[in-house]
Amino acid sequence: MAIASAAETVDLATAPLRELNQRLHDLAGGTPGPTHWRVLNPNGAHAVACAVDADVEVEIEGHVGYYCAGMNKRATVRVHGNAGPGLAENMMSGAVLVDGNASQSAGASAHGGILVVYGDASARCGISMKGVDIVVRGSVGHLSGFMAQTGRLVVCGDAGEALGDSIYEARIYLRGEPAGLGADCIEKELRAEHRAELAELLERAGVGDVDPGEFRRFGSARQLYNFKVDNVGAY
Amino acid sequence: MATDNWRLRESYLFNRQVIAEIQRAAREGLYDIRGFGAKRRLPHFDDLLLLGASISRYPLEGYRERCDTDVVLGTRFAKRPIELKIPITIAGMSFGALSAPAKEALGRGATEVGTSTTTGDGGMTSEEREHSKTLVYQVLPSRYGLNPDDLRRADAIEVVVGQGAKPGGGGMLLGYKISDRVAAMRDLPKGIDQRSASRHPDWTGPDDLEIKIGELREITDWEKPIYVKVGATRTYYDVQLAVKAGADVIVVDGMQGGTAATQEVFIEHVGIPTLPAVRLAVDALQELGMHRQVQLIVSGGIRTGADVAKALALGADAVSIGVAALIALGDNSPEHDAAYRELGSAAGFYDDYQAGLDPLGISTQDAQLASRFDPLVGGRRLANYLRVLTLETQTLARACGKSHVHNLEPEDLVALTVEAAAMARVPLAGTEWIPGVDHSSSSPR
Repeated sequence: MAIASAAETVDLATAPLRELNQRLHDLAGGTPGPTHWRVLNPNGAHAVACAVDADVEVEIEGHVGYYCAGMNKRATVRVHGNAGPGLAENMMSGAVLVDGNASQSAGASAHGGILVVYGDASARCGISMKGVDIVVRGSVGHLSGFMAQTGRLVVCGDAGEALGDSIYEARIYLRGEPAGLGADCIEKELRAEHRAELAELLERAGVGDVDPGEFRRFGSARQLYNFKVDNVGAY
Repeated sequence: MATDNWRLRESYLFNRQVIAEIQRAAREGLYDIRGFGAKRRLPHFDDLLLLGASISRYPLEGYRERCDTDVVLGTRFAKRPIELKIPITIAGMSFGALSAPAKEALGRGATEVGTSTTTGDGGMTSEEREHSKTLVYQVLPSRYGLNPDDLRRADAIEVVVGQGAKPGGGGMLLGYKISDRVAAMRDLPKGIDQRSASRHPDWTGPDDLEIKIGELREITDWEKPIYVKVGATRTYYDVQLAVKAGADVIVVDGMQGGTAATQEVFIEHVGIPTLPAVRLAVDALQELGMHRQVQLIVSGGIRTGADVAKALALGADAVSIGVAALIALGDNSPEHDAAYRELGSAAGFYDDYQAGLDPLGISTQDAQLASRFDPLVGGRRLANYLRVLTLETQTLARACGKSHVHNLEPEDLVALTVEAAAMARVPLAGTEWIPGVDHSSSSPR
C-alpha cells in the first residue's frame, strides 16, 4: 500500500475542493490521467476524494473533515493526519488508510475494500457495515459494529460500550477488552480458520506485529433475527 | 357485525376493535405490525373547499383555455433540475415491500404521463431504472443497496430523514418478504425480520446534514437535485433546518402517509396530519424567502384531483402518492374479495402488506404471487389514474381562473370546520374567521 512519490499535486489552499473531486471523478471508466495524487492543505475539508472510481493512489497531507473517501471504489486513499466523521462511508472497494485517529462512524455501511486506522477510531466504527474489512490499530468507541451486517472489524485495542449491538453476520475480532457487549452480541470461539483470516487481514493492513492469537472473536447470537415475545426486552 | 338486541350498548372506549386488539396482544405478546396508513379520521383536504369564480373572479374556459401543470424540481443548486409534466409524483416504496413487477408498473405508469417515481429502502432495481424515465434514489438510514453507481444513475437523490407513517422510527421488513434477491440486495440473511435504523449511521442533526448533502453533491458533481424527506411532526422547524442544510426540494409526508410495515400504534399516534403540515412547511419557506425556490412536495393521503388542487393552493409545488398508486394498480379491488377473505381480511380493508401474501402480487416477494401481477396492465392503470388526477386538478384550477395549477392560492380556499380553518389558516366558510389569526387589520373577503 505504498504510494509513489511522483504525483499530481493539488493544493487545497489555492484550488477548490470541487476541482479536485471533479478531476478524480473524470478518471472513472479508464479515462487516462495521473495515477498518483497528493493533496496538500486539506485543513479539515469535508468530502475530500469522495467517490473516486479509478485505480489511483491519493495521498492527503494533513487532517480531513467528514466523509473523506466516502463511497470509494478501487482507489487507495491515505490520510497523513486525522479524519473526521464518516471516513470511507459506504466504501465499495479499494483501501483507505489513516495514520492518525478517525472520528465517529468510520467505515459506516461500507460494502467492500479495507479501511485501516492506525490510531483510534471513535464511536460507531463499522456501523451498518456491509462487507468491508476494518482494522483499527488502537481502540474503538461505543456502539462500534452496531447493526454490522457482513465484513470483519478488527480492533487491536479496546472497545467502548455496546460493542456489536444488534449485529448480524459481521465478525468482530478484539484484542483488548470491551466495556460491554450490545444486544445479541456474544463471544465466539476463535478457531484456526479465524486466526488465519485475522493474520491475513493484519498483514494486509500493515499491522503485522500483532499476534492473531491474542484476539477474541465476537458475533451474533442470532436471537433477535426474528421477532419473538421472549426477546421483547432486547428490542 | 350488527346485533338485533337494542338494549346492548357497545363501549366507545372498549369497542369490539379495541377488545380484539387487547386480546390479540395478550395472545401474541408483540405489537401489531401492518401496512397501509392511518385509518382514524383526521382533519384533511376534505375539510377544505375551493371557491370557484363568479363575478368577483372569472374562470377560464374549461377544455379551451390552457391550464398548465408542469413543474421543475431542484432549481436551487442542481445543474440538472427535474422537469415533470404533472405535479404528482410516485412516493418511495421499496423493492422488498413491493414485488419487482409492481415496481416496474410504477415506473411505467409514471413515465407514461411524464412524472417521477422513487426507489425505497432496499436499493434500486434494474426493472425500475429501466422503466422509469425520471427516478429519484432514496438515501435511507439503513443504506441497503446504496452505491455510487446508482447515485449517478439516478435523476435526483432523496435523503430520507423520516416518513409520515413513522416519524422517528426505522424501517421494517418481516422475514416472509426477505427472499434471496432481497437478502442479497440488502446484505442480510434470508428470512430474518429486518429492522432498519431510525437514524443515519454517519450524521446526526442539521449541521451534519448540511455536510452530508455537500458530500452527495460532490459525489454526483452537483448535477442531481437533492431532496430531503421528513415525516410531519415539528414541520416548521424541520423544513427550515432542511433548507438551511442545503436541500433543493423538501418532501413533507403527513401522518396519513402509507407504509409497508409499521407498528399500528406508530401509524395512528405519531405525527401530524398532512393538512397542517402543508401550512407549516409553506410558512417556513416563506419566512426564509425560499418559497418556490426550494420546492415543496407534499404526501400523505392524496387521493383525488381535489386533494392535489388544495395542496397546491396551500403552497405545495407538487404532491406524491403511495397508497393511492397501489390502489390504482389494483390493491384492495372488490373483484379479489374472496382472495382477501381467505387471508382473514376483505377488499377495502386489506392492510397486511407486511405479510407478503398479497393475492394480487403487489406487496409480496413470493415469485408465484408476483407472477400474477402484469406490469404492463398495472402501468397503464396507474397512468390512467394519474391522468384523471391531473384533469381533475386542472378542472378545479380553471374554475378558480388559474392558467397554471401553481397559481392556485390560499385565497381560493375556505374551511368546513374550525379545526381545518385553524390548521390550514384559511377562513371558515361563510366567515372571515381564521382561528388563531389576528383579524384587526384584515380586509373582508
